[in-house]
Order: sequence, then C-alpha cells, then structure tokens
Amino acid sequence: MSPNARRLLSFLGILAVLIAMWEGYKWMGTATGGVWPGTGIGLPVRTNERSMPHTWDVVIALLRPARRGGEMLLLVLLRAALFTWRSALLGFVLGSAVGFGLGVLFVRSALAERGLMPHVVASQTVPILAIAPILVVWAGRLNVTRWLVVAVVSAYLAFFPVAINTLRGLRSPDATASELMRSYAATPNQVLWKLQVPAALPYLFPALKIAATASIIGAIVGELPASMPDGLGRAILNFAAAFSAAPEKLFASILVASLVGIGFVGVVVLAERVLIPPSRRLEDLSEAAGPQSRTLKEVVA
Amino acid sequence: MSALALRGVGKVFNPGSDQEVRAVHGVDLSAERGEFISVIGPSGCGKSTLLRLIGDLTPPSSGTVLVNGKTPARARLDRDYGMVFQSATLLEWRRVQANVELPLEIMGMDAAERSRQAAAMLELVQLDRFANHYPWQLSGGMQQRVAIARALAFKPSILLMDEPFGALDEMTRERMQSELLRIRAETGTTVVFVTHSIPEAVFLSTRVVIMSPRPGTITEVVDIDLPEPRSDDTREDQRFFELLTDVREGLRAVEDS
Repeated sequence: MSPNARRLLSFLGILAVLIAMWEGYKWMGTATGGVWPGTGIGLPVRTNERSMPHTWDVVIALLRPARRGGEMLLLVLLRAALFTWRSALLGFVLGSAVGFGLGVLFVRSALAERGLMPHVVASQTVPILAIAPILVVWAGRLNVTRWLVVAVVSAYLAFFPVAINTLRGLRSPDATASELMRSYAATPNQVLWKLQVPAALPYLFPALKIAATASIIGAIVGELPASMPDGLGRAILNFAAAFSAAPEKLFASILVASLVGIGFVGVVVLAERVLIPPSRRLEDLSEAAGPQSRTLKEVVA
Repeated sequence: MSALALRGVGKVFNPGSDQEVRAVHGVDLSAERGEFISVIGPSGCGKSTLLRLIGDLTPPSSGTVLVNGKTPARARLDRDYGMVFQSATLLEWRRVQANVELPLEIMGMDAAERSRQAAAMLELVQLDRFANHYPWQLSGGMQQRVAIARALAFKPSILLMDEPFGALDEMTRERMQSELLRIRAETGTTVVFVTHSIPEAVFLSTRVVIMSPRPGTITEVVDIDLPEPRSDDTREDQRFFELLTDVREGLRAVEDS
C-alpha cells in the first residue's frame, strides 16, 4: 500500500472511531436515562437531540434548505465560507509577510529582537475579541472596506508563528557556514538570500500551516464586531442563537468552517511539496508555537 | 613579501574573568608563497584558534598578523582566503556544481564564466561526473573534495584547512592527501593546514609547526626535506620515517613538559 493510501485509510479509520464514540455515547445515555451505566452519576453532556444531534442528521441538515423554501444549507455555508476565506487569504498573506519581515529584522538586529520580541509575544496574549472591535472602529473613521479590516484581524493572528519560525530558520545554518560566507566577504544581503533564507524554508512551512488555520479563525472572529452579514462568523452566531431549536445547523457550520481550514492548510502542504524536497521537510509542528488553541476557545465562548 | 607573517600573536578569550583562556601566546611564524605549513599539537593547544586568527574569523588580542603584506581583514575583503573545515559544510539545497559556484556568485562573476570555472574545479577534484548530484548523495570523502573545489574555485592565494580529513577513514584520508598535493602542485597555493595526525603533517608539508597548550605556543618547527614530487612511495621512504620520529619526539616533549 502506498504511504498516501495508508494515510487516507488511517484518517478515515480515526474519523470512523470518532463518529462511533459520539454515537456510542449518545446511545448509552439514551439507554440509561442520562447516567453512567450501573451508577446514579449523571453524564456530563446530555444526549438528547437538542444537545447532541446524530452525526448523520448534521450531514442531512447540510443538504436541506437553510430556511423554509430557501437555498440548501451547504450552499449558504459555502458562500459564507468563500466570503470569509477572502479575508483570511489576505490576512494570511499580510500576516506571513509581516512575520517574515520581523524574522529578518530580528536576525539582523539583536537590539530590535530585544526591544520588539516582548511586544510581539504580548500581542498574542491580548484576546483577539478585544482587538477586533477597536480595529473596526478605527478603520470605520478611515472609510476602509470592512472585509479588509477583517483581513487585518486575521493577519494579527497569522503573523506570530511565521515570525517565530522564520527567526529560528534564519538562525539554523551552522556557524561554519556563516564563517564560510564571511571568508567570501559576502554582504549581509547575500548571506540572507543565499544562506539564511534557503535554510529557513523548511522551518517556514510548518509555521505557514499554523498561520493558515489561524487566519481563518481570525477572519471568523473579526467578522463578529465588524457586523459582516455575509461571512461564516455571522452564520455561526445565528445558528448558535438558534442552537436549541436546530443544533445540527451549528454543528454543520463548524464542519464547513473546519473543512475550509483543512483546505487552506492543504494548499500550503501542496506548496511545500513542490518547493521543499522530502529530505528537507520538517514534520514537527510542536516547535512552531501558535495561538490557535486559545482563539478556538474564544470563538466557542 | 611573505605570504604569511605573524609576530608576537596572542589570543585571550574572556579576558579578566575567571574563565580567562590564553588560547594562543607569543606566536612568531612566517611562510613564503607556495609553502605548505602544517600546525600540529594536542587538543586545546590553540592550533584552530591560530588558523582563525590568520583567516580573520577572530581578532588577535596582541601582536600583528600580515597576509600577503595586508591585515587579515583586508586580505579577507580581497578574497585571499580559501577555507576548508572538518565538516564539508555544503549547502544541502544546492547541487554539487552550484555549491562550487557559490563563492563565484557572491563575487559577482557572470553565469557562463562561473559555470566554466566550477566545472574546471570539479574536474580538478575528479568529481565532474557528480556535478548534478546533491550533497547527501555523496560519500564523506567526496563531499570534502567538493568543499576543496569550492575553496579553490576563486583561486585564493592562501588555503586555510582545519582538520579537513579528520572525519574520513584512513584509506580515503591517504587518497585525499595525495590529491591535495597534486592540486597544490597545479595551483601553487600557499596552505596552512591544522591536523593532529603526524603522518599526514609530514607527508603534506614543507614545514611542520608543533604547538603546546596552556598557553598555546609554538615549541618547535620541523623542516620537511622529503624529495619532490611526493607519492605513495614517499610514505615508505626511510627519510619519511625519520621525520615522523622527529615530529613525534617534538610532540612528546610538549606532553612531558
């Protein structure tokens, strides 16, 4: 079996296990009346249709009209996703460019790194939910199109992992390689483009994968204070408000939102496959610190 | 004008602190153009530091270093140095040919000339068939030959080599030594060569410089008057063994002191 087939199979296998766990839990709760079998201890999550719809109901909901007599929910969500993805893509490009620029600045100047790095780290501890409305209000005075503002919020999340990993990558060449460049009397720009940047590429791609997911989250969160009617942010908010009536619609929008994120990461992976030979690829994402886990929680809250 | 003139050269790391190290102390050394100087001594005797002082990779704490009558910084900016380290330090994303072209690219040579020059160098180290390979596809000895081709590509007047064959097996090592002598005969480059192998130093050099540690200083210089051109037969020459003994005794004196 080819490695790709094996990967696909293990993905599907785990997906099947997750679905089985969801449905199994639901079945157990229904059978016992909401307690752990043989005890009187209540289950943490209720298993009725209002809390946990069947997985197939979520899929079926996607294929039904979003509103009575309206368009299919899937189409509505895909259109919203496309709208959000436009902001996210711009945010990703903007954030990656800024992150790369900061990495270069830091490797060039120890002073800049000492002075700016604490602020860069601090920027990621500020809740994006607080930053987004401020940016929206400021941009409102400048008459900037709303979706561009959303892109800036998205870039705010995307730049950080890129900056950190670019710096790591630019610093990755051996001391002897730097000394070799010194012996050629290479200019700082030649050292950057002929040694440091090529050496940094394998470090850059894991960060870009994180930036891709972070930019989607940033765009969804950014749409809320910007009161964008067309994106995934509004759709999620609406379906959250109607959760008890139609929980499967919120789950369906989560599904579409994550599929957009996965698709975006897939594009970055393809770019990596084309640009970086297998011997130089880093599989290790753990070193590329990302803010996405925190913001996911914010969105759910 | 000598290719190399060191006078009272010293290097102190972390001066004034409790981790102060006098790596090199009071070194006087000069070399004529075309000489092959080996620096040999036990670990920590400052031989690599001495090479780095000559190559402007670290500034001296005292004394003067002149390379072709210039300061090391000037010589470096004039691209007088070719450097080869113990690790080949090839850029893994470049093919062999592009690795050899790297210094030429940095020096602004045009593409056609660069390609011709790099091809000639790969022929010199007998790797022309591997021009389109990536470094990881080559053995350690082949990688080191690429590093030598790269160091020679821009025709530097002085070649600084820091244990370049240290990581190679004995057979490869001897073959590389013969090749280095052949290359030097063709190019006439001055070589300063750091090693801790006595046969290597004797086989290659016109002079062997023996250093002792704490502080790193020159204790003896042995002139190597082996017949030229040297070949594998040289290694079995009676004179070769006598010189091995001379250098070994010089090193033993260092260790006993």
